[in-house]
Amino acid sequence: MNAPQTPHTLHFMPSAGFRARAKDVVDNPFLRQSFRGAMDFLMSKRAAQFPDAEELESLRTLGESIRQYNLARLPDLLERLEARLTANGIQVHWAETPDEANEIILGICRRHEAKLMVKGKSMVSEEIELNHAAEAAGIGALESDMGEYIVQLADEKPSHIIMPAIHKTKEQIAKLFAENVPGVDYTDNVDALIQIGRRVLREKFQEADIGLSGVNFAVAETGTLCLVENEGNGRMCTTAPPVHIAITGIEKIVEKLEHVPPLLSLLTRSATGQNISTYFNMISSPRKPGEKDGPSEVHLVLLDNGRSQAYADEQLRKTLQCIRCGACMNHCPVYTRIGGHAYGTTYPGPIGKIISPHMLGLEATKGLVTASSLCGACGEVCPVKIPIPELLIRLREEAFSAPPRANPAMRGQGAGYSGLISAVWRGWAAVYRSPSLYRVATWMGSRLRGLVPSRQGAWTSVRVPLKPAPKRLRDMLKERG
Amino acid sequence: MKPAQSPPARPSDVYFFATCVVDQFFPGAGMDAITLLESQGIRVHFPEEQTCCGQPAYTSGFPDEARKVAAHQLTLFPNEWPVVVPSGSCAGMMKHHYPTLFAADPIRKAQAEKLSARIYEFTDFLVNVLGWHPEDHGDACTVVLHTSCSARREMGVHLTGRKLLGDLHKVTVAQQDHESECCGFGGTFSVKQPEISGAMVEDKVKALKATGAERVVSADCGCLMNILGHAAWKDRQEGRAKPSLPGEHIASFLLRRTSK
Ligand code: SF4
Repeated sequence: MNAPQTPHTLHFMPSAGFRARAKDVVDNPFLRQSFRGAMDFLMSKRAAQFPDAEELESLRTLGESIRQYNLARLPDLLERLEARLTANGIQVHWAETPDEANEIILGICRRHEAKLMVKGKSMVSEEIELNHAAEAAGIGALESDMGEYIVQLADEKPSHIIMPAIHKTKEQIAKLFAENVPGVDYTDNVDALIQIGRRVLREKFQEADIGLSGVNFAVAETGTLCLVENEGNGRMCTTAPPVHIAITGIEKIVEKLEHVPPLLSLLTRSATGQNISTYFNMISSPRKPGEKDGPSEVHLVLLDNGRSQAYADEQLRKTLQCIRCGACMNHCPVYTRIGGHAYGTTYPGPIGKIISPHMLGLEATKGLVTASSLCGACGEVCPVKIPIPELLIRLREEAFSAPPRANPAMRGQGAGYSGLISAVWRGWAAVYRSPSLYRVATWMGSRLRGLVPSRQGAWTSVRVPLKPAPKRLRDMLKERG
Repeated sequence: MKPAQSPPARPSDVYFFATCVVDQFFPGAGMDAITLLESQGIRVHFPEEQTCCGQPAYTSGFPDEARKVAAHQLTLFPNEWPVVVPSGSCAGMMKHHYPTLFAADPIRKAQAEKLSARIYEFTDFLVNVLGWHPEDHGDACTVVLHTSCSARREMGVHLTGRKLLGDLHKVTVAQQDHESECCGFGGTFSVKQPEISGAMVEDKVKALKATGAERVVSADCGCLMNILGHAAWKDRQEGRAKPSLPGEHIASFLLRRTSK
């Protein structure tokens, strides 16, 4: 059974074809069952970590205020981070767009005549589609996180930000390994598969010229890059090759080291239900004279890619509080039904719906912002209290209002504008703000109920038609006297 | 059980904001809610001019239209009586979103804040203001309760419906799988993303039916419209004459059980 695939492209158009991709998964009982099972598992793991509702609430409030504190000082903190990192010997690069980020990374690779880059798990590197840029430049890019490795073998994209290969069964993975890894026979023993992956990757760590990683928290006061991981591959990527390049979004910054432990704890408990991750790496400098290991060069690429647009608006800025734990997708009834690929964006699920419009513009993402029942499950679990439903409502307004506004808060404001739909809402408001029009309209509705069409657009695809009652409540009350 | 807000003294009068869905599609539920309140010795006032809370436009991204409709409701409840709303979702709109909706309009913002403090979801009002313990006069039966997402996450009143049903000693309340999950209604979501909404309501109806309960009750008619609409559609598809999942507003169920 094949998972729906997203074709490789640097130009995401997630709205185009979103409904069709979603339908493919919804109509596939196997995939639906497997996503449901996986999300149930993750939800129960998280729930076990937070048995006390009050403690959880106070931790989330702390997480929120730490993130807001740091975002409020972002420009200043970025300058301080750059100064501190530079003093520590880490080279800092700024990229406004994915293309610029790729250019910077490939430039470093070229300077070192690099042939092979091993990668730790980094969603920002997915965001810029680094693997394709590297491939086009003749540089091998090898994913070393097990999930990412599987996705790469299958020539797919991650379907979840924490568990990239969550859409794959062990049988599918076994087949992938047998077909793609030289000298491997089919086995669906999970431990054996992991050992195979590890063996392949271990050789590559020795061979690689460049190690690439993401960053979970960049600490301004100490100039430290923190990296959370479970497999140890992140540590290998950041220590074995002679050059380490870290890439992250400009929002991942905290002022103080003491901000890290509460966020780390919220992150691992919300993401995978772990007390703490197996590895936590803190990188503060390249190899110093006299030290025996570690890369001789360390670089940090700081990517904007639409983040400063979100930053400029007080409400939309909350989007940047995110610590990428993935809990919102695990708890999302929409993600659970359609999985990650249907979204057609790097970041799927609720966080994807609120951040992708800043990265890709509303033209490309206007369909995504409607893909929520606003049930609020995401906002309820978000460890840093991002009011995701509220932001979705705001994005709907940005997408469907009449263009162009004088100083649009977002690229693509009004991209989903329809004169007809807007007129319908104006008409609706005219009726519902006027008691007399409302009375007439609803009176007609109940009188003409026999004429209600048996097909009411999408509503009747799985439901019986809506029919007004023969008498309205107000009529019943009048009759009763 | 913590009340959603500190309860006032037992009022002699309340306003009833029926919601447009109840007025037009579930008038019986509105009648039953009013009758039930009256049976507790409360005078219920139904301002004739009421229409809709404005939520459909608000959640669809049309705040100006929502504001126009909401502004009209702001003027309808002049006395300091509680406003009882038989829907967690519309109550949530009036309680939590009105003040922000009018953030830029000082006069209406003040009105909205005063009003929002008096908004009560129906089951919350029965439990936490009236302290009502329904007395069961019906035969033994099993029901299943669906709580709307707004009641659960916005109003925090998901326990009150359960408590009322729990007081009915001959009623068994079944527990459905994935109880807290959305039924897939979401207003315009159901028609903008019919595939996903359809999958959600399909799963919801399956889970409700799997409990073997003879009916589903809910304090939100939006969810009921979706859930019962799908259950009836499925019955038609499969040629069943008798509804496999009947359902009603919790007010109707409570009124029937407590009437002698
Ligand atoms: S939005 Fe919140 S829940 Fe979702 S990934 Fe970010 S931090 Fe986690």
